[in-house]
Amino acid sequence: MAPKKVRTGPRNPDLVPGIKKYSRSKMYHKRGLWAIKAKHGGKLPTHEPKQAAAQPDSAVPEKAPKFYPADDVKKTRAKPKKNNPTKLRGSITPGTVLILLAGRFMGKRVVFLKQLPSGLLLVTGPFKVNGVPLKRVNQAYVIGTSTKVDISSIDVSKFEDKYFMKEKTKKTKKTEGEFFKSDEEEKSIVPQHKKDDQKTIDTALMKAIEVVPELKAYLSARFSLRDGMKPHQLVF
Amino acid sequence: MTFKRFVEIGRVALVNYGKEYGQLVVIVDIVDQNRALVDAPDMIRSQINFKRLSLTDIKIDIPRSPKKKTLIAAMEEADVKNKWEKSSWGRKLIVQQRRASLNDFDRFKVMLAKIKRGGVIKQELAKLKKESAA
Repeated sequence: MAPKKVRTGPRNPDLVPGIKKYSRSKMYHKRGLWAIKAKHGGKLPTHEPKQAAAQPDSAVPEKAPKFYPADDVKKTRAKPKKNNPTKLRGSITPGTVLILLAGRFMGKRVVFLKQLPSGLLLVTGPFKVNGVPLKRVNQAYVIGTSTKVDISSIDVSKFEDKYFMKEKTKKTKKTEGEFFKSDEEEKSIVPQHKKDDQKTIDTALMKAIEVVPELKAYLSARFSLRDGMKPHQLVF
Repeated sequence: MTFKRFVEIGRVALVNYGKEYGQLVVIVDIVDQNRALVDAPDMIRSQINFKRLSLTDIKIDIPRSPKKKTLIAAMEEADVKNKWEKSSWGRKLIVQQRRASLNDFDRFKVMLAKIKRGGVIKQELAKLKKESAA
């Protein structure tokens, strides 16, 4: 028997939009309907017709419906819209080194941890290496390199979008005197639990990073275009 | 000033334009003043304009329009692949391809290596300068 060939493409391709290559009779042959019929004794296989239940004579005849809709066609209902997180590019998998393209950390090489339900990417420097904390980043402002770090041992399940929400502070009414005082240094202090989270993730990550020679130096350096580098020809 | 690489049957050439860019091919027949019939072990024999070819130094011994089998055998005998990869032109192309395929991390490692090498060279130079000054 000849080896089975895997079919590539439709059986009846479009020559021009609207005009197919093969006629009805040709397609009948191509689909093998003749073989199916031959297998079932000259006819296409059918389901057994359902035997109608025997009606007792005393049964009430079916009542005519009260209402007939004007259209015979059923109205199609719109499917409820599902909000999915943005489709992740194929090149970005957990553990990939990403290059940030915008913002304060432009050019920094950073490790990708996971995609959050909002679609944003959870990313960390690690903080000790290049100063990038646990941060959310949009996929559009990122280049995915082909360098991967092994993060299978790191647990990132506790991080969700809620973790990054701003704390709601009550606005206190300012007295006249306070109004004209210059806004005192209201530096936002990073809460201790965030520092601790950063530390746990980073110590686990550093173990994976230090295994690969020169990877730590790579992550601490920023990316930039030099003379002769053509972004559309670079392999990342 | 004389020409050294001639268009002849058996001349190995590099395609420098078009879909087969970068492939090594053998001139197998001449069509007319501008075109040749060209063949390679992994391509369908086709015609190509001379302007799309860069002639190499390598020439193999084949009859006009040989069968694919004969062509492959002649190429093996003349060891075209190895001769090409050892020639300075061939080596340069291989380096170009390697450099183009480096990923971002590789480029970083190359940069570190270059700096290290430069450092070693400078040290040696400084030593030599000291000796000559002394």
